[in-house]
Amino acid sequence: MSTVDAVTPRDSAGLDASVVVRRGGFVLDARLQAAAGEVVALMGPSGAGKSTLLGVLAGLTGFDEGAVRLHGRTLDDGPGRRTPPSARGVVLLGQDPRLFPHLTALENVAFGLRVRGASKAAADEGAAAWLRRVGLHDHGGRRPAKLSGGQQQRVGLARALATAPAAILLDEPLTSLDTEIAGDVRALLHRQLAETRTTAIVATHDAVDAVALASRLVVLEDGRITQSGPVRDVLAAPSTRFAAAVAGLNRVVGRVDAGHWRAGGLVLAASTSHLTGGSAAVFQPGDVRIVDRPPTGPGEWEARIVRLEQTPAGVRVRTADPDVAVDLPASRAAGLEPGSALTLAIDPGAVRFLAA
Amino acid sequence: MTGVSARSVTGVSARSERTGFVPRVLIVPAVLGLALLILPLGALVLRVEWSTLWSDVTSPQALAALGLSLLTGAIATVVCVVLGVPLALFIARSGDRAAGALRALVTVPLVLPPMVGGVAMLFLFGRTSWLGGALAEWGIRIPFTTTAVVLAQTFVALPFLVLALEGSLRATGTGYEQAAAGLGAGRWTILARVTLPLAAPGLVAGIVLCFARAIGEFGATALFAGNAPGVTQTMPLAIYTAFNGAGVSQGTAVALSLLLLVTAVGVLLLVRAWRVETPR
Repeated sequence: MSTVDAVTPRDSAGLDASVVVRRGGFVLDARLQAAAGEVVALMGPSGAGKSTLLGVLAGLTGFDEGAVRLHGRTLDDGPGRRTPPSARGVVLLGQDPRLFPHLTALENVAFGLRVRGASKAAADEGAAAWLRRVGLHDHGGRRPAKLSGGQQQRVGLARALATAPAAILLDEPLTSLDTEIAGDVRALLHRQLAETRTTAIVATHDAVDAVALASRLVVLEDGRITQSGPVRDVLAAPSTRFAAAVAGLNRVVGRVDAGHWRAGGLVLAASTSHLTGGSAAVFQPGDVRIVDRPPTGPGEWEARIVRLEQTPAGVRVRTADPDVAVDLPASRAAGLEPGSALTLAIDPGAVRFLAA
Repeated sequence: MTGVSARSVTGVSARSERTGFVPRVLIVPAVLGLALLILPLGALVLRVEWSTLWSDVTSPQALAALGLSLLTGAIATVVCVVLGVPLALFIARSGDRAAGALRALVTVPLVLPPMVGGVAMLFLFGRTSWLGGALAEWGIRIPFTTTAVVLAQTFVALPFLVLALEGSLRATGTGYEQAAAGLGAGRWTILARVTLPLAAPGLVAGIVLCFARAIGEFGATALFAGNAPGVTQTMPLAIYTAFNGAGVSQGTAVALSLLLLVTAVGVLLLVRAWRVETPR
């Protein structure tokens, strides 16, 4: 639990979870905080423990050590003292919103109000108002099977927010929607979370979600938090390969020695005095150029092509030693083949150095 | 969504979408199977002596047997629901290994000849057993009473309800229950408003099978409850008695069989009509 002591405690309003989950060889050991009304994005590779962490917060998943506090209330204080899911005021909304198939959209939204003791009339009225807020006021009588994926997700959001939850946990809420619908639902999510000032954790694999919905980004890798901070700051200065990939950047770790930074065949002038020892060069794949001659000096290097990936804008060339991605227009990629060598160049002005 | 729009495109695509890709030749065994189920009942109807049918089915003994069958069948079904729904819930939410073991235990009465079940119950509730002896001290005697009829019917019918409902519960999973809990619903609310409504198809199927099995129960009842008219003589026992009765025409037996058949089909239709109302 060394991570706990390193973080300054915030005020008691908001979410403060610090948990350890051991599953065979996998260990999740993370502290996740969100101020009251704050939206925090949680990103990490598959299997990093995002869903496990959300499951713990929702009270659905057990943990081995730690505590979960929400708005000054201790929900869990160790694995033996846990508040059941129904008494936490925490709603988990996943990729599948789990709308009750035997109830209409209106009845689904009214469900949470009814179990809180609202009369049927009051619950229906509240549910209708929420359906209006998510733009589905004329779909209240439909069963979930008669709604599109985007509409289902909207009803799921209305159902969650109608209960005025202490926190809402969104686990890849837009993943199963097609791009345009996802954009609509993303905008709706942003508006409703902001209007209701609901504390929210959004697990996502898409940096667009993080930028659009969250003020802070937490990166979870292999059960540990590797980076956290304001979303734009994290994306601009990724401290791991994964975070760099999310931000769409190359992040190459090298060593500084005698005014030069080296990683494999890539050498860059590194005059900045604060750089010593290991440091990472960060640059855009689009800033790398192909030159049709052998390398002549710093900023140019010979690379070997590992893989070619077609992208909507052209071709992404993956090269080795060091591992660098290069984005090219389709016309420039003609004749490139995996295994062949080529000379790459990067303008020193396009490179930022970060402590590794 | 996509299924809805595709289905409405043309009649041809709608047809192949519905019928799928079953090998056509399988129609032969399918029809044979149906014939095997239906033809004997037809033969039964052909043997009905229509002239005496009304007096046969309205005889005091027939009505007593029918009344007893419906009453005990209904009580046994209620007992099966009260005991079987919780049992199915626990099996469905057990781990794979425990669920397999429990399911095997529940299946035993299905594979056992009912008569063996009757003998076993006689041993358990008879005066010589610890349980029967203890009950006797309280002045409670179970064998050869109407209670024994209900117990025998419950014994043979309970597995049907448990297995049908458990399959339905397991298929639905716990995702909706988790969603309901997150919205603030307690365990009883989740059971009543989410779990059971979602398992309704399995529950209804289980109740139908359960009641049908209870109504038709013969072997366990005969051994454990006996054949006392008005007390333990249910329809199947009355039919058996009529068939074997010295000097009595088989017409009575056939008439009683027809009465049981019509009653059973009537109950099935009633439940089916209710089932249409249930969602999914």
